[in-house]
Amino acid sequence: MERLLEQIINGLQLGFVYALIALGYTMVYGIIKLINFAHGDVFMIGAFIGYFAYTFWGFSLWGAVLIAMILCAVLGVLIERIAYRPLRYAPRIAALISALGVSLFLEYFCSLKFVFGPNFRVVQPPVKQIHWNLGGIPITNIQIIIVAVVILLLLVLQYLVYRTKIGTAMRAVSFDHDAARLMGINVDFIIAFTFALGSALAAAGGVLYTLAYPQIHPFMGIMPGLKAFTAAVLGGIGIIPGAVLGSLIMGQVETLTAAYLTSQMRDAIAFLILIIVLLVRPSGILGRGGPEKV
Amino acid sequence: MLLKRIKKGRFILLSLFVAVALALTGCSGKTAQTNTGEKTIKIGFMGPLTGDAKTFGESTRNAFLLALEQAGMKAGEYKIEHVITDDRNDATEAVNVVDKLISQDKVQAIVGSVTSRTTIAVSEIANSKKVVLISPTATAEKVTVDNNQRKEFVFRACFLDPFQGEIAARFARENLNAQTAAILYDQGNDYSKGLAEAFRKSFEALGGQIVASEAYSKDDQDFSAVLTNIAQKNPDILYLPDYYGKVSLIGKQARNKGIKAVFLGGDGWDSPELDFAAMEGGYFTNHYSPDDPRSEVQKWIQDYKSKYGAVPDAFATLAYDATNLLLNAIKTANSNDPVKIKEALQATRDFPGVTGKITFNANGDPVKPAHIIQIKGGKQVYVTTINP
Repeated sequence: MERLLEQIINGLQLGFVYALIALGYTMVYGIIKLINFAHGDVFMIGAFIGYFAYTFWGFSLWGAVLIAMILCAVLGVLIERIAYRPLRYAPRIAALISALGVSLFLEYFCSLKFVFGPNFRVVQPPVKQIHWNLGGIPITNIQIIIVAVVILLLLVLQYLVYRTKIGTAMRAVSFDHDAARLMGINVDFIIAFTFALGSALAAAGGVLYTLAYPQIHPFMGIMPGLKAFTAAVLGGIGIIPGAVLGSLIMGQVETLTAAYLTSQMRDAIAFLILIIVLLVRPSGILGRGGPEKV
Repeated sequence: MLLKRIKKGRFILLSLFVAVALALTGCSGKTAQTNTGEKTIKIGFMGPLTGDAKTFGESTRNAFLLALEQAGMKAGEYKIEHVITDDRNDATEAVNVVDKLISQDKVQAIVGSVTSRTTIAVSEIANSKKVVLISPTATAEKVTVDNNQRKEFVFRACFLDPFQGEIAARFARENLNAQTAAILYDQGNDYSKGLAEAFRKSFEALGGQIVASEAYSKDDQDFSAVLTNIAQKNPDILYLPDYYGKVSLIGKQARNKGIKAVFLGGDGWDSPELDFAAMEGGYFTNHYSPDDPRSEVQKWIQDYKSKYGAVPDAFATLAYDATNLLLNAIKTANSNDPVKIKEALQATRDFPGVTGKITFNANGDPVKPAHIIQIKGGKQVYVTTINP
């Protein structure tokens, strides 16, 4: 019984780590209907900047998170300006391919010797891991930090999108570009802002990720990015609480499969569940039913 | 217009390529010249001097040149000529390189290549063209044997993957007195799987008990689920046959899950980028250790250091042994006929290499000791040598 609880906590940690990435993914999709494949790579760059900040530049953890968020927000705006804006009115597949290109560019550019280099780096996180034992169930301070940050980000995003003026504008742009422009909304600015926000979220995720898994390399964003994307689709892509829900389900399924069925099948079963959910509910668990507006 | 521009670009590229090719063949034409009357033997070297395994190639080339230099560019009565080539750790490029070495440079023997990927491809060609090939470091079984068919002209200086697993199991049972062990390996990597399988078999054959054998895939970063299960079983040994990056991650998470087992691994751990703090107290099997007190080892380190200014790694050391094995065979055969050199190589007995006493088995694989190294106080420390 205790072991089951411990495994559930393992799964929660993994799920909340996926949620860190999935939140940004789903928000960008929700506003501009673009699957930003470069999201996982911005996450990687965030992890690297955070590592430099707390290892070499003398920042604390939260200072490093802030620096990474700011720099990645700038990067996100740049990516949008260079790779996506010229394709805004092209067929959607063009933007998708451009996103793939950005993703590969970031991975291989960062692997160059004079950028980050292709090697693994072992990270010494600025927060020492502290273990607590709650009735036989081990919990660490890092797990608590990650859970707290995910919940905080979730609340901030919900507030921003549904309670502020800029959030209203974001939703208007999501609904109809042209109508939004006619209403006096600066569509380019709103989209750039969305990218900045999404990239800042990815950066925060990257820095916190290094606390739990203290190793970074230029291709570290691919698999977590893919899993987070899957989680976002599972929860209903474009829906912010859905990203967290989907991530938690992915985390539990993977952990419990590895723990009780077979460690060789964990990814296979996680993706099988995704396929089943999508067959039954194509728009995801929290997705609104009905055909998509064309 | 665009098409025209592309065509023009291609033309320029092509003419450049032709010019470079001409220049290159011009060069090798020069080195191919021999003084008539003197007995010569020509040895080719191939390895990845550029690309993703560049440092491996550089180390092996340095050692190859040092070995030739120390032999005074002579093996018995034969003057040595050499050709250095780069296969970029690419199987296609390696095939081109070996074709050039054999048909154009007319080498009688080749030292190379470095990785199994390229060596498997070139070993077929060298064997069918009857040119002796000795790989310093290709560990895959298929390098010397394919479909139970021995490639007679192909040899290697390193031990095979399964051997490391066997040695690790023996060390765990006999030296560490371990009763139980758990294994965690990468199911998509032949190296990791080969070591894990060999360890499991030997450890059980020696009376130990494997309490858990779990797999993961290349991109996994979170091992908490399987590690929680392993912690429950409280094994004496946790065997981690993978490369340094993954092993560092697993080691750290394992300690966090309260696993007290001694970590054990293979030569994939041999990197300055291993997380020494996480792997503290762990042991791994390796081809050689710079701390080995034997005089052959210390002399080799001195020689390499004074020429290249660094302590040689396992790649350099194996290449040094491979080259010396070849030179020794040429001397014994006293011939530049590849068939005679091959027979002399096959007959090698207890050759005093830096990595240990080397004898070839029927497959052209060396029978030789492995060395155990411990991670202690943030450093690699030589522990012992285990004979096969």
